[in-house]
Amino acid sequence: MQIDMKQPILDKNDALAAELRQRFADNHVFVLDLLASPGSGKTSTILATIDALRDEFNIAVIEGDIASSVDAEKIKAQGIAAVQINTGGACHLESAMIKRAVDVLDLERLDLIIVENVGNLVCPTDFDLGENAKVMILSVPEGDDKPLKYPGVFQVAEAVILNKVDTMPVFNFDRAAFDDAVGRLNPQAPIFPLSATSGEGVDAWTDWLAERIRAV
Amino acid sequence: MHELGIMTGVLEAATASAREAGATRLLKVTLSVGEMTEAIEDALVFSFEALVEGDPFTADAELEVRMISPRSRCLECGAEFEHDRFHMFCPECDGFCTELLAGRELQIDSIEVDLPDD
Repeated sequence: MQIDMKQPILDKNDALAAELRQRFADNHVFVLDLLASPGSGKTSTILATIDALRDEFNIAVIEGDIASSVDAEKIKAQGIAAVQINTGGACHLESAMIKRAVDVLDLERLDLIIVENVGNLVCPTDFDLGENAKVMILSVPEGDDKPLKYPGVFQVAEAVILNKVDTMPVFNFDRAAFDDAVGRLNPQAPIFPLSATSGEGVDAWTDWLAERIRAV
Repeated sequence: MHELGIMTGVLEAATASAREAGATRLLKVTLSVGEMTEAIEDALVFSFEALVEGDPFTADAELEVRMISPRSRCLECGAEFEHDRFHMFCPECDGFCTELLAGRELQIDSIEVDLPDD
């Protein structure tokens, strides 16, 4: 006998994500899901973002890693609330993990939660976490051809941060080719070239983000 | 490689529906998977085969994956067109404001089961 199901495979995740999205909206919290490769400068970018926005907004960070609490310690050292999620090998965060992290945060007091997803350009793109926006970081040493190899992540991102622009001369990064490839995959997404460690270009990114946060 | 996690969820849902219907065995699972998702057909099949093995209820089940080609509508001129993962511009007017109509599916379409009376 055939049984029709027509059931979305990720419906549990998506239902929980919808619940979280409502909870974030009720508390006027903007949630940013940051996607990038390992070593692209996610944590440095988060620290630079915190530095620029902490006077105006109350910020917390959810750190997703396969193991360790190295990143959460760096955030906490800045006096910012950080919750570490260890996925124990899983390649992406799911909304159930976010819920557990959110449960220990004081949502009423927060304006911005930055979720640092597991370093991976593939798997996290399929999972709704209840966020307001997914943003991706590509760093210059990874190469200008990445939009061609990992189109999915460039398509779900509402903005693309190009980090480590100070290394551009060393890595032969073709900025025009990169902009063109991103533009073809996701024409509406702004590209923010910056260096999280030197601070170059960080303003344009944090101005964009601040505007979004004020709107929720 | 999140196909194992995806397939674990698929089998849980399929098994629950099958048992609810009073089935004695799960025979087949049919999925629709959009090509714009990051789920790879081979990895889905591999995960399915690895997961059904342990349980007599699912051990003989087969998997059918229907891959769905991406299709979009141009918001400028209204043209509907099929495309691949990389080229979403409108082939009629070259517009880039397009709406994805199909290609991000991750759905269990149906299952086939053995009922005691079959």
